[in-house]
Amino acid sequence: MTIADGTISHPDDPYRLGHHDHAHGHHAPGHGDGGPASKRIIVGYGFWIFLLSDIVMFSAFFATYAVLKDATAGGPGPRDIFDLTNVGIETACLLASSFACGLASLALEARRALWFQLAMALTFALGVAFLLLELREFAGLVAEGNGPQRSAFLTAFFSLVGCHGLHVTGGLLWLLTMMAQIFAKGFRADMQRRFLCFALFWHALDIIWVGLFTVVYLLGAGT
Amino acid sequence: MFGKLSWSAIPLDQPIPMVASGVVAIVVIGVLAWVFVKGWFPYLWQEWITSVDHKRIGVMYVTLGIVMLLRGFSDAVMMRSQQAVAFDSPGYLQPEHYDQVFSAHGTIMIFFAAMPLIIGLMNFVVPLQLGIRDVAFPTLNSVSFWLTATGALLVNISLVVGEFARTGWLPYPPLSETAYSPGVGVDYYLWAVQIAGVGTLLTGINFVTTILKIRAPGMSYLRMPMFTWTCLAACLLIVAAFPILTATLAMLTLDRYFGFHFFTNEAGGNVMMFMNLIWAWGHPEVYILVLPAFGIFSEVISTFSSKPLFGYRSMVMATMFICIVSFTVWLHHFFTMGAGGDVNTVFGIATSIIAVGTGVKIYNWLFTMYGGRVRFTTPMLWSLGFLVTFVIGGMTGVLLAVPPADFLLHNSLFLVAHFHNVIISGVVFGIFAGYTYWFPKAFGFRLDECWGKIAFWLTLVGFILTFAPLYVVGLLGMTRRMQSYDVPEWQPWVLLAGGGMVVVTLGVIAQIVQLVVSIRHRDQLRDATGDPWDGRSLEWATPSPPPPFNFAVLPHVENEEAYWTIKQRAREQNKLRPEPEYEELEMPRNSPTGFICAFFSTIVGFSMIWHIWWLAGAGAAGAFATFVVFAWRDIPEYVIPAHEVARIDRANRSTRLEALASYTGPRP
Repeated sequence: MTIADGTISHPDDPYRLGHHDHAHGHHAPGHGDGGPASKRIIVGYGFWIFLLSDIVMFSAFFATYAVLKDATAGGPGPRDIFDLTNVGIETACLLASSFACGLASLALEARRALWFQLAMALTFALGVAFLLLELREFAGLVAEGNGPQRSAFLTAFFSLVGCHGLHVTGGLLWLLTMMAQIFAKGFRADMQRRFLCFALFWHALDIIWVGLFTVVYLLGAGT
Repeated sequence: MFGKLSWSAIPLDQPIPMVASGVVAIVVIGVLAWVFVKGWFPYLWQEWITSVDHKRIGVMYVTLGIVMLLRGFSDAVMMRSQQAVAFDSPGYLQPEHYDQVFSAHGTIMIFFAAMPLIIGLMNFVVPLQLGIRDVAFPTLNSVSFWLTATGALLVNISLVVGEFARTGWLPYPPLSETAYSPGVGVDYYLWAVQIAGVGTLLTGINFVTTILKIRAPGMSYLRMPMFTWTCLAACLLIVAAFPILTATLAMLTLDRYFGFHFFTNEAGGNVMMFMNLIWAWGHPEVYILVLPAFGIFSEVISTFSSKPLFGYRSMVMATMFICIVSFTVWLHHFFTMGAGGDVNTVFGIATSIIAVGTGVKIYNWLFTMYGGRVRFTTPMLWSLGFLVTFVIGGMTGVLLAVPPADFLLHNSLFLVAHFHNVIISGVVFGIFAGYTYWFPKAFGFRLDECWGKIAFWLTLVGFILTFAPLYVVGLLGMTRRMQSYDVPEWQPWVLLAGGGMVVVTLGVIAQIVQLVVSIRHRDQLRDATGDPWDGRSLEWATPSPPPPFNFAVLPHVENEEAYWTIKQRAREQNKLRPEPEYEELEMPRNSPTGFICAFFSTIVGFSMIWHIWWLAGAGAAGAFATFVVFAWRDIPEYVIPAHEVARIDRANRSTRLEALASYTGPRP
């Protein structure tokens, strides 16, 4: 049994970054009339489509937040509850974990198992730190009586931020599974494709966090 | 221990659900016993339940859709018969039961009948039309199907254990909030639709990737068959719209389970936000259903007119136009919200403009038939019935798109008549056309034409008799969802609609008889050639039923009508293409992942509905473990040896050669 095609950046890969070979162009696999694309392209492409759909779901929560932002029902507003220092550390943790995930990608490409596992462990630790800080913020708000049941604004806030947090939790579970799989199976082609998806997912969570940090925390604390 | 669940959840005091579920239970047990006695269980498990073959999954989707179509239809029969006897009388259905019936009818028909039927046809046909061997993610495809089946199962469980929602097919708050719907009905709705919705989203992702990244060599975008184009548009809509449904249902779930305030009356919640969100999904959903049906009509009309589809490129443009504009019309579902004249005008105009795209399609179909040698087979009759009745339904839609008119007609039976007029003629007729058209491809024999035509005429006449009176009675002021009424002027029209329902029922029976008769006469109806209708796209190049790998060698596509070109060349030269070099093929191995995952999803859904938290946690852990076990597999594919590929393809070639020898039609 073979598993179709393998390496991450094959020299013949017509899709590799900065590559414009007019000999392929319209006739490259997966483009125009070039026939089926390679498995790596199919998996990565499909996962991008999933990420786009996930971003659409987040946009529904963002829209909800925008509608309910001022519906504080006599409770606290954004200004009263946001602690930008805490959120700043959270952001730093998440962005650093994305960097560590990038290091894991490089280690994977270089086939360095130990470095890969170390980088992934660092990604995990930073992700957990982010999540703990977020939970501490949530717990503090609930303890003050400002839980999601208090007002529509707090409902929208907890749901939007919590939805991201839930994604991070799922991502951490996936990360551990990924570490175990690479440990058990080695740098097999299907494992590489799966890691590509994980890395996309982890970076996409950063993109959403940047939006969330800006729309919820920065704009909220500033108004 | 068991949350809200107790013996009192079973409605022993209500005869109708108990008898209905008793019959269902007897049928299910009977079928299972039959399968067990005959020793078919290993076959079913290995060849169907665990199958990741897109054709098998397609057939299972269609089967699920037909079963649920009958379930939703029986709800419709109950509603029409209730109203027929409910003049100045309470009828035979109590209000709380009647409310469950209309809610279940809408939910089942959209999510568990129309969607599985459309997605089933899509599954079966699209890879064949693209000239490829499978979809992008075969096991995910099986997961999608079984998650849809989970949703359908939960809806049916609500018949026996507990109750279903009484809130309509879209659970509008504040009625659907805990304060006004404290029972489990809305929770059944939420979890059934949420789980099935995830399945649909995964299908959308799968097919967008398949169509955009895996096509036979030479098949550029503007050479894809029309059905594939419309499926691409529908799947793009799924990817963009279903996440909104997921989010909206999650919000209502949070409101109900944890006392959040998204849509409540208190603490700043916003009820109209639910209408906006749900219809931002709901209107594209209409086109998710009808665009593939338009694709089916395009294939059928072109094939049976023996002509290429007229205006192929304008058809593609119209499809993509509808795909985009469908996202800009959602507010027409609640013009009465009070958004103001300017907002209503924008959405009213957008709604009218979307009819232009459909108009282009109607003319293209008419011109496809013009000058062709039209064969009036059953699929063609469904298409013609669609053309005539859909135009009427479309015009009443444009009428409703005018906000001042909508203020008067909102929530009346005129609206009910309008959307049944377009959904039945558009989606249901399309599904029936596709079912009769592709049936021989799936099973190797045609459906009986005589019974098919009887079914068509009964359904068409019954459909008009049922819904034309509802237009009238809607204009007379009758609102939707009435359990009883006391206006004498309405009664004759309501009775007429009930009479129409009897005729539709005869049509349904005729359709079932057609299937039984066809199975009994399958040897006379055998499709030996694999091309029973003189087809034009690549699915007709394969034997009927196609082998697991579809194509021994991927076909090379030269223009819009891939198979027609191959066939015409053979007729011209009076010989087939030279035999290719056969190679061994790798195909994805079957996997029980989808089924086991759905088993755990059912547990999660059921225990969430009844607040059995520990069981929900166990179910979720089981689902995760299933995925890890699947991800751990080492051998994802099996090999079909070259001699086996050669044997199957040579058999196909010899039938084509016979067909060529006996061909008497015009030669190019």
